[in-house]
Amino acid sequence: MRYLDEYRDGAAAQKMLRQIARTVTHPWTVMEVCGSHTHALLKYGIDQLLPDELTLIHGPGCPVCVTPVEIIDQAIALATRPDVIFASYGDMLRVPGSGKDLLSVKAEGGDVRMVYSPLDALKLARENPDKKLVFFAIGFETTAPANAMAVFLAERDGVDNFFMLTSHVLIPPAMEAIAAAPANRVQGFLAPGHVCTVTGYTQYETLAAKYHIPIVVTGFEPLDLLQGIYMLVKQLEAGSHEVENQYARSVKREGNPQAQALIEKVFEVIDHKWRGIGVIPASGLRLKGPYARFDAAKALAVESPPSEEAPVCIAGLVLQGVKKPVDCPAFGTACTPEHCLGAPMVSSEGACAAYYLYARREETRA
Amino acid sequence: MCLGIPGEIISIEEDDQQMRKAKVRFGGITRDAYLDLVPDAAVGDYVIVHVGFAISKVDAEKAQQTFDLLEEMDKDNALSG
Repeated sequence: MRYLDEYRDGAAAQKMLRQIARTVTHPWTVMEVCGSHTHALLKYGIDQLLPDELTLIHGPGCPVCVTPVEIIDQAIALATRPDVIFASYGDMLRVPGSGKDLLSVKAEGGDVRMVYSPLDALKLARENPDKKLVFFAIGFETTAPANAMAVFLAERDGVDNFFMLTSHVLIPPAMEAIAAAPANRVQGFLAPGHVCTVTGYTQYETLAAKYHIPIVVTGFEPLDLLQGIYMLVKQLEAGSHEVENQYARSVKREGNPQAQALIEKVFEVIDHKWRGIGVIPASGLRLKGPYARFDAAKALAVESPPSEEAPVCIAGLVLQGVKKPVDCPAFGTACTPEHCLGAPMVSSEGACAAYYLYARREETRA
Repeated sequence: MCLGIPGEIISIEEDDQQMRKAKVRFGGITRDAYLDLVPDAAVGDYVIVHVGFAISKVDAEKAQQTFDLLEEMDKDNALSG
């Protein structure tokens, strides 16, 4: 497939790796913020091919993982109601709430549907006017325009039985929280290519200047990641802290103006709680103005018991990059993708799932 | 979650919600994707698709940069022995 296969070429990857090895003279610690990056790095074994001087820290860029347990519990409470059809991206269905997950609600007879696009959820609402359709709208800036479009259309067409339970998060405030932490070890960031496709990267320029930290906007194929790491290492070795764009075939500095306009029309920025991390100022989105009536948490009285996390799970420390998945006593034993204690083990972007899938059962140097 | 896949637009139509809907080919698979976020996309363009929406048009010239860099590396390394 064009724009995929050529970025998976082994000989080119070897060449890029040799160039990284030639460039590195000091030890550096860099964070890939995005969970899709984490998965690609482990899937292709890049973490094990990099020079010993480079340490990768996995970031919190997994929307499924950082959705607060309180909101998962609200989702479960809504999905249990007989007057509700609950629609969600597949990733969310096995994320544990305090007691159970959405898939168990489905097994017990709840009407839980997996959708590929928010417009599939809107279609379900149009087809089932006697039911309340609740769509679990989670994601980063990449997904926000699509979710915004569904609400925009619901408002335009008066689809009054369509609701969204939102847990939308923003990347730059999370990066700032990491960079500003007193114990921060991260010296450079690989920034997420698809988030920046939507938002552009001017906000990242502010971060790079404020924290003197280089940032490279990076794509998702092995050659993209290696080139992104090479660009980052070159900056670190030279002592510079610019924002560079490795993924220029998709990302423009100003981003996608249509997508940004749609987000601004429908959402407003709020402080938001990240599961395992805590509240990060101005790091979330909620429906605003005429669109607020589609907010399921407001429009449908949701009652759920007080929320609880599994005590043994160290997902919070993994999401903050403080611990590796293999440091968890439950990793691969009490917690597996089939029966998990924490969201990072079931999400396709979770670090624990990546370590489990690609057999990183022991501490590796990267 | 932020998965985006490049595919080629093979046809465009307007759907019953007055939105621009395209058939996009990903290797052997064809799926629908909305083009409302990339209004200038046309048949034959490659777009990155995420949850049913094209979020960018792939810039063929910029895509070449990675391979230009690889060539430069060859030249530099040949010079430095």
